[in-house]
Amino acid sequence: MRDKLTYVLLAAGALFFFFNLHGIFDVLPDEAAQGAIYRIMYLHIPAGITCLTGFFIGMIFSIGYLTTGKLAFDAASASINEVALVFAFMNVVTGSIWARIIWGIWWTWDPRLTAMFVCLLIYVGYLLLRQAIDEPTRRGRLSAAFSIFGTVDVVVVWKSIEWFRTQHPGPVLDVRTGGGHIDPAMQSMIFRDLFAFLLIAAALVLIRMKQEENAREIDALRRLAHA
Amino acid sequence: MPAAISLEGVWKYYGDYPALRDYTLKIEEGSCCAILGRNGAGKTTLLRVLAGLSPFQKGSIAVLGSKPRSSEARRAIGFLGHGIGVYEDLTAKENLDFFATALNVPKEKQTVSAWLERVDLARVANIPVRQYSRGMRQRLALARTFLASPRLFLLDEPFTSLDDRAIKMLGELLRDARDRGATILFSTHQLREAMEIASHVALIEQGKLRHAGERTREMLEDPGFLYREHTELGGL
Amino acid sequence: MNAFSQALSIARKDLAIELRTKESLNSAGAFAVVILLLFSFAFDLSPEETKDISGGLLWLCFSFAGALVFNRGFAREMPNECLDALLSSPLSAASLVIGKAITSALLLLVVEAISFFVYGIFYDTNWLKQPWSLLAVCVFATWGICVIGSVFGALTINLRLRELMLPVIIYPLLIPLLIASIEMTNLFLTNQAFNFMWLRVLLVFDIVFTCLAVALAEIILVN
Repeated sequence: MRDKLTYVLLAAGALFFFFNLHGIFDVLPDEAAQGAIYRIMYLHIPAGITCLTGFFIGMIFSIGYLTTGKLAFDAASASINEVALVFAFMNVVTGSIWARIIWGIWWTWDPRLTAMFVCLLIYVGYLLLRQAIDEPTRRGRLSAAFSIFGTVDVVVVWKSIEWFRTQHPGPVLDVRTGGGHIDPAMQSMIFRDLFAFLLIAAALVLIRMKQEENAREIDALRRLAHA
Repeated sequence: MPAAISLEGVWKYYGDYPALRDYTLKIEEGSCCAILGRNGAGKTTLLRVLAGLSPFQKGSIAVLGSKPRSSEARRAIGFLGHGIGVYEDLTAKENLDFFATALNVPKEKQTVSAWLERVDLARVANIPVRQYSRGMRQRLALARTFLASPRLFLLDEPFTSLDDRAIKMLGELLRDARDRGATILFSTHQLREAMEIASHVALIEQGKLRHAGERTREMLEDPGFLYREHTELGGL
Repeated sequence: MNAFSQALSIARKDLAIELRTKESLNSAGAFAVVILLLFSFAFDLSPEETKDISGGLLWLCFSFAGALVFNRGFAREMPNECLDALLSSPLSAASLVIGKAITSALLLLVVEAISFFVYGIFYDTNWLKQPWSLLAVCVFATWGICVIGSVFGALTINLRLRELMLPVIIYPLLIPLLIASIEMTNLFLTNQAFNFMWLRVLLVFDIVFTCLAVALAEIILVN
């Protein structure tokens, strides 16, 4: 049942994304000031929103594990954080490519970019921590505690757009600005790409959860054999 | 008599592996129960769960009427694990002063000096533990465990690696504790010592309770009897 | 005994051990001075340039030296399984974490005082233009560093490659705190007005991470 759901989500997400690509390259015009490179925004912004949403939902599942003790919550939290990390890399890399074309530099240390990079490092630390703990129950508790700390930094990233005046372009989506900063067709494409990314992310999370559960089963059988 | 320790259907997992399986056991106040079992059976896990050092996933546990991690339970417990639980860089007196504070032992009672005398460490009380012999460290560990006159002792293989003097001292301390009504739960591989001081025994194998009851004359005369009768793996 | 008294008793015990062995103080103090020396080779600066980057140099120095201090925090409890003895006592897990943080903070403040003195001599810098403001920033920032160091010291107690893991995990979390401290320290050095935004960042981090540390201490230590 879960395998079927995984395939459906992956197929739907991929189809939707390729359909959006047609819209991005063939339908929408170039942006007035930036030219063709602005199209990378359709990867950059949805990737950023997906990763931050993922880290937050990962924390919710961490709290779920701490309150219920069910290892399925831990598997979900770890899978979501890992997939969110992939989207964080995508956000940073696409942003860097855009910056090279528009600003002439691969990177700048302004607060929002810095905060996203810090997020990335924190969750790399999260994965390193999980790798360093063999026993599943302990791994679940400690990485849940870590995930809660990490999410505080996610809040800093999200709020940094409002807190600091930055070199990074300011908010453009109507939900942040109240309207008038972006063409409606372009905004609609961003949300459509976000939907596609969320479908793909959900499928990847399910695949990863299955791997976690298999690993736990093998660990339990191994302990039983040695007992 | 009320139960000092009550476990009902307790399961403790390491991941998906059950280290304690459906463990149900009641230990009456004032009794001295030896937990027997092979290496890896779950003796240490059981004691750590009771001392509140490790969480359990299913079932219920009451230690002196409270949950294991509650402050009421921890105030009444004396725990001795595999390590001696004292700081190498502090003196014996400093160690006991610190634990007396942690265990809310009133200073006026001169408990620390009394215990240093009792375990024969009074003359070396102001020397760092780092300079102690193995036997002296063991005696200091006993002083730390018995310092607050706990109502419940949880001792993990207390006789292991003790020298003769420390074994004799531990035996006396346990008998005194039993006489004042304390409950003692200890794990051990030393069947002879266990059968001599225990009033009850519990046998654990692969996390399951195989047998629990009073210590009988049969067990005293033939300590291996319990393993042969109640475990799947047979004799020692 | 309330939780704060418990934390103070832990801190007193740890300080007694530290004053006897001076392990953390000697190693962290020496390390801080060595880093300051290395900076003199890495950067050839005019007096004006020195003022601009002094905050950054010093807070990098403190965070690296701080790792040596808070690394020892829970490591001190490992020999002889002292941590089990503490956790099975009436002392709460939260008081353990806060007590360790208090010890680390006091020791790190001593290292900072030494570093300010040495830096002032090496780089001809006057730290006394706004001494009380500088002290406030040092206290708040050091507390933030040590509370996080203490929590993650507890978290990584039994891990493989513990000494390598701890800095990798902690420094990304400390970045916002360090930025605020660096900015404020540079302001005081150039005798500029107090910036309440950065102070708010410091205070919010201290409060949030201290509350999280207290809330999650039991989960981290009992597992």
